Amino acid sequence: MKKIAILGAGPAGIEAAAVLAANNCPVTLFEKEAQPLCNITDKAFLFPNFADAAEVAAAMRAKLDNPIITLRCNTEVAQLTPSYITGFQAENLTGTPVWKVNDELYDIVLLATGYTPFDARRKEELGYGIYPGVHTSLEMEKMIREGKIVNSLGESPKRIVFLQCVGSRDEKSGNHYCSKLCCVTAVKQAIEAKKQLPNCEVFVYYMDLRMWGQGFEEMYRTAQQEYGVNFIRGRISEAGGTFDGRVQIKAEDTLLGRPLKMTSDLLVLMVGMEASKGTRELATQCRICGEYGFAQTKDPHLHDCQSEAHGLFVAGACKRPMTLTDSINDGRSAAYEILTVGSINSTYEQ
Amino acid sequence: MFSLFVIPFCLGVLALLAISVIKYYNWIKGFDRMQQTLVRKNILSWKFLPAIWEMFRECLLHWRITKHNVVLGYMHRSLAFGWFLLIVVGAVQAVLAYPNGHPLYVGIFFNFFEPHHPVAPNAALPFMANLMDALLLYVFTGLTLAMVKMFWSKLLGMKRTTRHNMTDRVAKFALWCIFPLRLLAEGATSALYHNGGFLVVAVGNVMNGLGLAGTVFEYHLWVLYSLALGIFFSLMPFTRYMHIFTEVLLIYFRKMGLRDNDKKSGYTMFELSACSRCGICIDGCPINRELGVTDIQGVYLLQAIRNKDLRNRAESIANMCMVCGRCSAECPVGIDLEPIRRQVRAERVKAIDNPDGLQYLKSLHHFNAVGRVAYFAGCMSHLTPGIPEAMEQIFRAAGQSYWYMDEEGTVCCGRPLQQQGLVREAQALRDRNKSMIKKSKATMLMTSCPICYQSFSKDYKLDIPVMHHSQYIDMLLKTGKIKVEHSDMRVTYHDPCELGRGCGVYDEPRRVVAAAATLIPTHEEREKSLCCGYNLGNISIDGSQQQLIRDAALRNLMEPNPDMIATACPMCKKAMTRGNNAQVNDIAEIIAKQLIEN
Repeated sequence: MKKIAILGAGPAGIEAAAVLAANNCPVTLFEKEAQPLCNITDKAFLFPNFADAAEVAAAMRAKLDNPIITLRCNTEVAQLTPSYITGFQAENLTGTPVWKVNDELYDIVLLATGYTPFDARRKEELGYGIYPGVHTSLEMEKMIREGKIVNSLGESPKRIVFLQCVGSRDEKSGNHYCSKLCCVTAVKQAIEAKKQLPNCEVFVYYMDLRMWGQGFEEMYRTAQQEYGVNFIRGRISEAGGTFDGRVQIKAEDTLLGRPLKMTSDLLVLMVGMEASKGTRELATQCRICGEYGFAQTKDPHLHDCQSEAHGLFVAGACKRPMTLTDSINDGRSAAYEILTVGSINSTYEQ
Repeated sequence: MFSLFVIPFCLGVLALLAISVIKYYNWIKGFDRMQQTLVRKNILSWKFLPAIWEMFRECLLHWRITKHNVVLGYMHRSLAFGWFLLIVVGAVQAVLAYPNGHPLYVGIFFNFFEPHHPVAPNAALPFMANLMDALLLYVFTGLTLAMVKMFWSKLLGMKRTTRHNMTDRVAKFALWCIFPLRLLAEGATSALYHNGGFLVVAVGNVMNGLGLAGTVFEYHLWVLYSLALGIFFSLMPFTRYMHIFTEVLLIYFRKMGLRDNDKKSGYTMFELSACSRCGICIDGCPINRELGVTDIQGVYLLQAIRNKDLRNRAESIANMCMVCGRCSAECPVGIDLEPIRRQVRAERVKAIDNPDGLQYLKSLHHFNAVGRVAYFAGCMSHLTPGIPEAMEQIFRAAGQSYWYMDEEGTVCCGRPLQQQGLVREAQALRDRNKSMIKKSKATMLMTSCPICYQSFSKDYKLDIPVMHHSQYIDMLLKTGKIKVEHSDMRVTYHDPCELGRGCGVYDEPRRVVAAAATLIPTHEEREKSLCCGYNLGNISIDGSQQQLIRDAALRNLMEPNPDMIATACPMCKKAMTRGNNAQVNDIAEIIAKQLIEN
């Protein structure tokens, strides 16, 4: 039986571990944080069906209740070295390539180290970290979850502005790609805000709204028709503080072709997804680091869970921005590939 | 004392003189009004003396090149100063030998005419002959280095050298032939008459040994020597070698206070002609270093303008430039390339497309000025709100009342338009801000952006002092108006082009950083600092190219592994923050964080 390590106990890693365990393969799951699923437990509701994030997380965590799954939290993998680089072939008793995960040897490694949110401070003109009224979408999610959406003075806001594409599709921050889930997240958060604060005005500034998933377009329509969320096509060029702790934004309405100024209690920056530090570093160590620090797969169509390195598989948002649904599916696919291509129960053949 | 062979030389000299006089006359006539006034005012002033010293130091000793690279400096010096001494000592020799007068060319062809001299030579002449040979040897060392440089320029501190055009190459070949031909001709004379110094006699002996001695052989060599001189001199006005004379005049004019203005003038022509095309500007240029574009540097811009290659080359060359000023900082002739690029750009741009584009200026006319210090944060600082926020804290700590101009309808300082050659539009913006400053009765203007600072201090001609916040904070710290706690953070400082090379402000921001943290020097700083890549001066390059230039600057700053990078420009800060996750802060932010409340 081959030894399998899964790096990252996010949705992809957990789903892969669950599928492998169901096929009687013992796995070790490494997680640098104290708890698994950190990127879900900080959410309130999940699009498109407004499912309670905590319930989804609990259901996922339940999949780990299997004696052949070893979960090691607070364990950051700093070193992931393929045998053909370090040349410790002699230590390898089974005759197949091995991977050194920290100080242990594994036959198969699944990289599921995920993403990290874009650091909004890198777009200083939007005032994050400078003006108290500017928040990231993650902080907004927290306020929604706690049912306490307040402005910088602790009062109920009269106006909330969402800005799309912060750190995605942005040449200046060096990220040309689309983070894929911010569009629908803003629509979701706008609806949540309206549900909690029906008298609050909500504006969403966008470049274009990419409502690609099932139910997304309907959510977008509902937001406009039922909740009266205003969508303005245009980007915000700069934000400034006002004496009463609110945020003044300068933007352009590109449909009207006019510059505009607007004062808002809250400015919510829809931050994009970047390769996490772990993804960046481990992918570089294994020489599968692709564009923007994401892990490169063997083939985007046919071998999207395999890498060029033998015995190294990749799943989830460490490859590219992915939604929760996509990540779970991808973890499942990776488990399938490990079971078949990884020839888990047979001896290794070239 | 005449022989037919001197004719090519004499014709060459006459052609050179005639063409130079005509050219210089036209260029001086082409001075704009400001330049003419300055010349009239300063032509007989004491500025003559420092000008002569600089001419000697730069045209003959090539001091700035020596500072750049000792071997390169030696090469230029031995050719310039060596040849100059050959001519002077040759003339002295001729005077000593013929006290009763002689044609001027005798000094040049002294050894040919000297053997026929009937009277016993002056006692000093043998010494002079040896001195001349020593000088010739000195020139030969430079010539050898010049040949080495052709194939191995790195030995002389140059990664890249200039690609010259055909005329320049022919002239160079003629120049290189002059000195060996002179030695051979003098050697041939020596073989017959046993005159000359140690080197010439040695060559003469070799010729005798080879059986080459003979009047016909000797005469032909003198013809070749004269021809080389004649060809070189007559080509000179049309090649880079015109810099030999022009640089002398340029130094004088510059000392009188002449500068390049918005339009191409006679002074520009002097600058174009004073470029020796040494190519020192190429190596430091970030466009060359990071983007591998090697045909847009100052030397090629001046060449393209000089060759009137405007439509094809000069325009694209002028646009493809960060205007970071690194080339001007390294130019041994001290040519200020920025105004020249701007002139070419101005010829290209007609005006802003929309004729009503500046109409909005008229609608801005209400404002309330408070405080004696007017603070102009600038457009770029609005994109880095951390900087004006930090300044506000500092003002408060210093108890300084100030008027935050930007909140009341200021417009861009105008420099970005000015850099693109949109001179009229830039002036309209300047007028707008200027009238606001005048009406406010502010007694000092302060800006957080070096681009604005350069614009306000150079182009606005305000009658109140203008300060960049680095200077202001430095002043506050010196006078004890604010106090900061020194942290043990290790910080490298990035010199913004506009503040450093642009305005010469290097020390104040460093003192400010050093007051709050430990300042670590970097490899390329001050005059040699690297452009952050996002300078508004270049709108031809794309984002990825900007990133390459920025990454090079970041590599230099991150090399000592600092805890933080400090800079004093919102543009540089933005550029670098985009580049990595290293902490980049403006000096104002560092100070604001370390303030000790009184």
